[in-house]
Amino acid sequence: MTQTRTDYRLSQLDQLEAESIHIFREVAAEFEKPVLMFSGGKDSIVMLRLAEKAFFPAKIPFSILQVDTGLDFPEVMETRDRWVSRLGVNLVVASIDDAIKNGIIPDAAKISRNRLQIPTLLNAIEENGFTAAFGGGRRDEEKARAKERVYSHRDEFGQWDPKMQRPELWSLYNGRLHEGEHMRIFPISNWTELDVWDYIGRENIEIPNIYFSHQRRVFERDGMLMTETPLNPLRDGEVVTERTVRYRTCGDITLTGCVESTASTIAEIIDEVAVAKKTERGATRGDDRFSEAAMEDRKKEGYF
Amino acid sequence: MGIDTTRDTTHRMDLLRFATAGSVDDGKSTLIGRLLLDSKAIFEDQLEAVEATSTAKGYDYTDLALLTDGLRSEREQGITIDVAYRYFATPNRKFIIADTPGHVQYTRNMVTGASTADLGLVLVDARQGLTEQSRRHAVILSLLRVPHLVLAVNKMDLVDYDQKVYDDIYREFTQFATKLNVPDLEVIPISALSGDNVVNRSENMPWYSGPTLMHHLEHVHVASDRDLIDARFPVQYVIRPKSDEYHDYRGYAGQVAGGVLKPGDEVVVLPSGMTSKISKIDLFDEDIAEAFPPMSVTIHLEDDVDVSRGDMIARVRNAPTPTQDIDAMICWMTTAPLLPRQKLAIKHTTRTGRALVKDIQYRLDVNTLHRDQETKELGVNEIGRVTLRTTVPLLVDPYSKNRTTGSFILIDEATGITVGAGMING
Repeated sequence: MTQTRTDYRLSQLDQLEAESIHIFREVAAEFEKPVLMFSGGKDSIVMLRLAEKAFFPAKIPFSILQVDTGLDFPEVMETRDRWVSRLGVNLVVASIDDAIKNGIIPDAAKISRNRLQIPTLLNAIEENGFTAAFGGGRRDEEKARAKERVYSHRDEFGQWDPKMQRPELWSLYNGRLHEGEHMRIFPISNWTELDVWDYIGRENIEIPNIYFSHQRRVFERDGMLMTETPLNPLRDGEVVTERTVRYRTCGDITLTGCVESTASTIAEIIDEVAVAKKTERGATRGDDRFSEAAMEDRKKEGYF
Repeated sequence: MGIDTTRDTTHRMDLLRFATAGSVDDGKSTLIGRLLLDSKAIFEDQLEAVEATSTAKGYDYTDLALLTDGLRSEREQGITIDVAYRYFATPNRKFIIADTPGHVQYTRNMVTGASTADLGLVLVDARQGLTEQSRRHAVILSLLRVPHLVLAVNKMDLVDYDQKVYDDIYREFTQFATKLNVPDLEVIPISALSGDNVVNRSENMPWYSGPTLMHHLEHVHVASDRDLIDARFPVQYVIRPKSDEYHDYRGYAGQVAGGVLKPGDEVVVLPSGMTSKISKIDLFDEDIAEAFPPMSVTIHLEDDVDVSRGDMIARVRNAPTPTQDIDAMICWMTTAPLLPRQKLAIKHTTRTGRALVKDIQYRLDVNTLHRDQETKELGVNEIGRVTLRTTVPLLVDPYSKNRTTGSFILIDEATGITVGAGMING
């Protein structure tokens, strides 16, 4: 048993953890069929860890949902599988390829797979009857996300209406829904990128190894370093070189860039993040560069 | 100059939540922009995007409000509609800003931002002095029992850093504040635009000897604002693994709302009134010696008493009295008015029931603090004193004692929307 405290203060990381666990338990208690959206990135893995803690020693009382874009990093999928087997949770995979095959979404080669995630996700939510979907979104990521509530109401089309958001007072979350509607839940809303890294370090959490410095064959596109893969054919003038890199986010392999880095431990990553001059999305995510309101527009359609 | 951005990764960093308020053109966005910029919470790509948009719009300056107004409709109208949450950190403290809109029609959003704040930051324009807005915001912050208030007298550069201007506003505000519940008040003369007394001490105001805004935010003591005397544990979720390894495990999970709970404590479970002793407290896989707010823990009792979500664990000789009659201040948040005899859903801690509006005692004019007893309804963004009768007994404390067990929300059962915020009198 630990020592009696004298100052009754919690560190900010402990406060964030306590708040997130409270949200996980509240949703599990009040919603009929929650699910945890899992991309395999560091935020979703921190979410898994928090869910594990919230219900320990019982198993996490809901499934995990992954939208398989067919363009995910193999290293990320391996990490996902290890987590799923360790926690003994049920994994639901909603595949874009299957959705195209089954005629649920159009096979439009010109539409980015990032956008096709939206109908695939919404279809999976509807088909499985999920009433709440946890997401690892953080308000520090993007200015449209800064406006997002912890409980984000979605109508029967999965749409977010920023003007119709419910006021969110104290820690009294309102989970009322009508038929066909669902709620997106963001338990780590108040965490920053640095908090996530601090927590990964403190909890010694296993994350995909692409976050750590490694040698990779890459080429330059739109000012970003992209990985060499048959999924992302080279365009004229693009040259592959081998560099020492790491990833700051895990997204679609054709849209997510890496950064040159020698950070090979969590501590070194934290040092790097603390002095980074660009946001993780601005530095490495092609999908956020479409317009001033790219994220807001996608969120309105049902993106998380 | 600026803030040292060396990060403390020893996890002992502290957290301060503050809500900003103020009128439309008082320089709130500039101030927030400066706090974020100087603490390195704004990144190059974000700043470049704002600069590009400012140029495209034909401005000859970088409009920092574009950093904070995250929605398309906000940028179109050039106003802040909804609360936005922003983050920055210094070596000792992490800050969560609830950036709330100034317009009167968004009072509900200010209430939202203030509900979780440790500190309220009200900006006034030194040239204008106190306005209706600044008074209204101070009233709301005081109603919501935000324990620390800072009045930042901004745009001092436009009044030649005149001490008399500051003194007059100081005097007028402290006089007004005597009518409110403001336990801790700091009045700081600043210029958000030129950076005086924001992060760095101003050389233009040698007559001011108090702290800079950032110094105050970094050092204001918030840990003592919690109630560590009256033990309150709303049961949120019952953990029963039913696995071979944990066959008999039965834990009551929740977040401590008040007091310090320890194994061995004699406790009562409300509303049943059954008594038992705490046998063990778990924090994930760790067995801990005590739990205090805002820890999320799992409590075990010695006896196999019936405990479920919505119940509350408290000390035997210090427990709230279950009641179905609630007397509270309500902030009404929707266009259809609150009327007597109306029925609504109510959520208080982890307990949900229905409530009947018995009486609207008065409507509070948040500008003058006048109590209008003639009005028998509350309109959108209005605040009044209301009595309710609930279907289930609630385990309440006065809001002035405990912001968790003293607060509730009202929900319209037809639309599912949160329509009211309540603070229990006592």
